[in-house]
This record gives sequence, structure tokens and C-alpha cells, in this order.
Amino acid sequence: MIDSLHTSNDKAAGQVALGFRRLSAGLWRRPALGAGLLLAPPLGWFILIYLAALLALFLSAFWSVNSFTGDIVHEWTFKNFATILSSDIYQRIAIRTVLMAAAVTITDIILAFPFAYFMVRLAGPRLRIVLFTLVLVPLWSSYLARVYAWRLILAHDGALNWALRGIGFEGVEIGYTNWAMWIVFSYIWLPFMIMPIYAAIERIPFSLFEASQDLGAKAWRTFGKVILPLSMPGIVAGSIFTFSLTLGDYITPVLVGGPGSDFIGNVVYANVGIANNIPFAAAYATIPLIVMALYLAFARRTGAFDVM
Amino acid sequence: MMHRMSRFTVTGTILVAALGLSLSACDDKPKAAAVSGEGEGALNIVAWEGYAEDSWIKPFEKETGCIVNRKYAGSSDEMVALMRSGGGAEYDLVSASGDASLRLILGGDVQEIDVSQIPDFVNFIPELQAPPHNTLNGKHYGLSYEWGPNVLMYNADKITTAPTSWAAIYDPAYKGQVTVPDNPIQIADAALYLSKKDPSLGITDPYELTPAQLDAAVALLKEQAPLIKKYWALASDEIELFKNGDAIIGASWPYQTNTLKAGGANVADTIPVEGATGWADSWMLSAKSKHVNCAYKFMAYVSTPDVQAAQAIYFGETPANLKACEAMDKADAGSCAKYHLDDATTYIKQIRFWKTPQETCSDGQANCTSYTTWQQKWQEIKG
Repeated sequence: MIDSLHTSNDKAAGQVALGFRRLSAGLWRRPALGAGLLLAPPLGWFILIYLAALLALFLSAFWSVNSFTGDIVHEWTFKNFATILSSDIYQRIAIRTVLMAAAVTITDIILAFPFAYFMVRLAGPRLRIVLFTLVLVPLWSSYLARVYAWRLILAHDGALNWALRGIGFEGVEIGYTNWAMWIVFSYIWLPFMIMPIYAAIERIPFSLFEASQDLGAKAWRTFGKVILPLSMPGIVAGSIFTFSLTLGDYITPVLVGGPGSDFIGNVVYANVGIANNIPFAAAYATIPLIVMALYLAFARRTGAFDVM
Repeated sequence: MMHRMSRFTVTGTILVAALGLSLSACDDKPKAAAVSGEGEGALNIVAWEGYAEDSWIKPFEKETGCIVNRKYAGSSDEMVALMRSGGGAEYDLVSASGDASLRLILGGDVQEIDVSQIPDFVNFIPELQAPPHNTLNGKHYGLSYEWGPNVLMYNADKITTAPTSWAAIYDPAYKGQVTVPDNPIQIADAALYLSKKDPSLGITDPYELTPAQLDAAVALLKEQAPLIKKYWALASDEIELFKNGDAIIGASWPYQTNTLKAGGANVADTIPVEGATGWADSWMLSAKSKHVNCAYKFMAYVSTPDVQAAQAIYFGETPANLKACEAMDKADAGSCAKYHLDDATTYIKQIRFWKTPQETCSDGQANCTSYTTWQQKWQEIKG
């Protein structure tokens, strides 16, 4: 009895093994099919979860809401886009968001480049580890905690004004303004700029610096003609982070912004949450998508994706 | 109320201990009313955070066998959406504010309530027995629960003569030191002020504004915008603004005043001569509820003085049940007077409760402005 069970089990196992062998042989003969099967799960996930969500967003942008019942009306309309294009306030908010993202990106480039250069070229191995830790440690703490900390620093009776008054200056009223947002954003996203620039500068062979000097180039010329062009992909890669992260943020404007500090994200949030107007929120959310698509197309041309 | 979550989080921590003590100290626990029919064993409710705390939900579950499944909502719109989810049969009860209740009634999402099944109903403040935000054509679609005003709060160190009018928050003297809620319904506050200041506009109800009246309110709020330090989104924001000296005057809830005072800040609040807007919540029963008996037991239970008092103190608001006064004072001495339950019938007349602005005015004319319009105008105001 037990023997026969064994043999039947063995037989079944043998058949399974044979089946696998045939399958793998078949796939070997048709490499495209093999690759397709391998890629199917991630591709399916990508299409279903990622693209489907984007498609749903884009489709609902052409719907509207019944103002009485709050139900979504599934009829095609350009009303939402017409509202955005005809209204000053929605354009102003979009422009404010993009300008802030650009300002933060430029600030972070200016701050991050010398820092990254110092880390690669001048700091010793031990100091480099210390600096790396200093750059990365803030990322381990909560984003909210860091924004709230800045709110306390910049408040009317906050740490900044306390220090200023202590050394005999007037206090400054920058809490709850766009300046406050600029400072906070620049601080929060700085590590995302330092890291890619560091990677880019580290890739530049030292011999190129020497060659530039041997050919008689002064320091500024070496910087302009050798270091900057070669680290450009890193700068662009970092700017993708800082630009997109600022563009999509809506918490910092709520916490440290004042009147006239709303971002695209805040309008989307208000329309989903308070006004229950999801189609309008979807229409407005296509603006950062378009801006980012243009930005990425530009970044691709500079070769930024090679170092990411 | 729309941005309300924050009101709950902080109050609770301070007061929950006191409440737990008071509730457990009471030997005679509040008894759920004897509703005809057995409980179904479960009850699914949608509520504001802080409206279904263990200290009073657990005794209810023990007594009736109705296990309460709680779903907290962060805004009135979320409440409406939740009550419509799953074809409307997913949830049984909702603690809707006045700006959601009408939408639920008109949308056919809630059913009429037989108030004769609620023994404490007769003890309710007369104005809250059949208020227009939950009663339509004499039919009760909601059972009033708790309420409170939006008050004018000011830093008493900086502003020594107490302001008596809402004009104070539109006064250029306080430039850069004013704060108001970041909420489209704030337009009603401006409309309420204008209804007294400029009677020629003909504003009778701050929630029913014709396009011309809405424009007048929006114009006033746009003048106010340069004076604003910050439009606060969370109650904790406003508390911090006052604590750090960024704002010295603003529109507020009693909760912020109490919290700031408890922290030693010299603030005061007042209901100005024009009156005030405010919130009034109602329990509403889903049209397709599967646990009607449990729902009635719950509504009867939360209407009892002890639960009403516990809720009021936990949250910082006023009960609908006039008999809750004694229980409030027992749990927190002086709280009955603090939340004006002792003079509720005069206090309530000063408050214009929130309701959803709609295109159709209450007189049936379609020349009012909808909440969607308000929301877009609000975005224009705050920039």
C-alpha cells in the first residue's frame, strides 16, 4: 500500500519535472515569450495601479458635480478647465507654486554645490562620514516635526526674534509668509540635492582637474569648463527631486504659509475634502503633471537620468 | 463643522481622566431607554472624533449588547459620502452638523425619527427640539446633540477694552494680527456682520445670500485679507498663534479660549452684539439602517444627562439636554455655567447655526448661492 503510494508520488513528481523541462525548453526557443511572462506581474501592477489611477484622474477631470446632491455627473464637459483658465486666482496659485518650486530648487543648488564639493574633494574620510550623517539624519525625523520646529523658530515671539532682539536688533515678521515657506522648503529638501551632486562630482576623474590646470586654466575656468558641465547631470537629478517635491506639497503651506500662500495641492485638497468637487480637483491636478512632464523632458536631454 | 478633528485631540487628554472618574463614580449608570424590540447586536456609526469615546460607549455596549463600530470622519462632506457608501446601508447613525444634515435629508439618505422613543427629548432646549437644520415639514430627521458658538477671541493683555462688535476683526488697527478659520463658511460670519452694519443689503439669513449679498460679503473679506496673519486650519494653529504673539484677535471656538486660559494665557472671548455663527450637531438614522433598534437605544442613551455632560466637557460644547447641568458641574465644577447651559435659552438666540448654503433659498426662490460658489469665492479671498 505504502509502496504503491510512493511509486505514484514519484511518477507524479517525474511528470511535473518533465513538464517544467518542456516548458523551459519551449521558452528558450521563444525568448520573447519568456521575457513577457517574467515581466507580466510587474507590468500588470504598473498598468493597473499606476496608469489606471492616472487615467481615472484624467477622465474625471472632464466630469462635473451636481451642486445639490454632491453626486458626480458622468457627462463630458470642459467646464472645469474653463474655470481654471478664466479665473485669475487659480492661475495665480499655479504660478505661485511653480515659482516657489523654482526658487527652492535654485536655492538648494547654490547651497548644496559647495557642500557636496567640499565633501568629495576636501574632506577627509572621517569628516566625510560625519558630514554624510549630518545630511541624512534629518531625513530620519518626521517631516511634520521639522516643519513645526520652523514654525516655532519663525513665530513673532519665536527663537529667531528672541535671538535678534537679544543682540539689539528689531524682530522680523517673517512667520506665516511666503518667505517662511521658501526657507522651510529649502531646508527640508536640501539633502535631496546634496546627494546627487555629491555622486556627480565624485565621478569626475581627478586627472581632469590636473589636465585643466596643466593647460593653464585658472580655478574659475576649471570650475566653469570642467566641474560644472560634468556635474550638471547631478544638479539636474537633484532639481527633479526638489522641484517635484515642492510642486506637490500642501502641508508646508498650511503650517507655515500665511494668507496668499496656497499651493496647487491645497486647492486640490480643499476641492476633494471641503467642497466635494473631485472633478475640479482632478482637472487642477493635471497642471503639475504637465509641468513635471515638461521638466522631465528637459532633464532627459541633459542626461540627468544617467546618474540617478 | 468642517475642520474639526483638532478640537478633539487635545481636549480629551486633559479631561478624559476627570470624566472617567466621574462616570465610574456614578453608581447609577445612565440607562438606555426601553425601546420596543431587541437590539440587533451591532451598530455602525459615523461620528466626529471625540463623539464616541470609550468612557460612555463601553457602558452602552455592556448594557444593550449592541457593539458600536465607530468610523470617524474629518469633515461634513466625508460624513455625507460615508452615509451614501455601500448603497446607504453600511452605516446606521451619523453625528451630522447643520451643514451636512440638510443634504442628507434632501438626498433621501436618512429616515424620520420617532422622538417619542427618546425619553429625554422633552428635556431638550425648546429651540433644539425641531430646529430647521434637522426637521423638515414637521418631521424629525435628526436628534439634536451638542452645539456651540463661534466666538470673538482676543488677547486681553494687548486689547484692554473688550471689543463688542465683529467690526474688530475688520479693523485696520489690528493689521497683521488677526486670524480667522480657513473655511468657506466664514463668509457667513461676514454676512452676519453686514446684516447689522448695512441693513440696505437686506441680509436676513447669513447662509442664504443672493449673488449681490455674497459679493458684498466677499468684498468685506477681501478688505480683511491684508489684516490677516494666518487663516487657521486647525484649532491648535490658532492656539499657537495666540501663544506666540502672532495674533491678538480672531474668530474662534470656546475650546481655544479654554485651552489658552488653562495654559495661563490672558485671553477672553465674547459673543459680539451682532450675534455669532455656530454649530449644532444631530444624530441621524440611515434610511437603510439594518440596526434600527440598536440605533434608537443609542440615541436614547446619548440623550441622557450624564452622557450629554460627559460629551460636552470632553469636547468643549453645550448639551441639548437642559438636565445635563447638574452632571456637568459634578464632573467639572462650574462647567455648566462655562458652557452657558444654565442660560441656554437666551444664549442660543445669539447663535445662527451653520447650514449648507444652497442655490434654492428657503422661500423656494432659486436666487441664492450654493456652497460650491462659496468655496470658489473663499479661494479668491485668501489668495
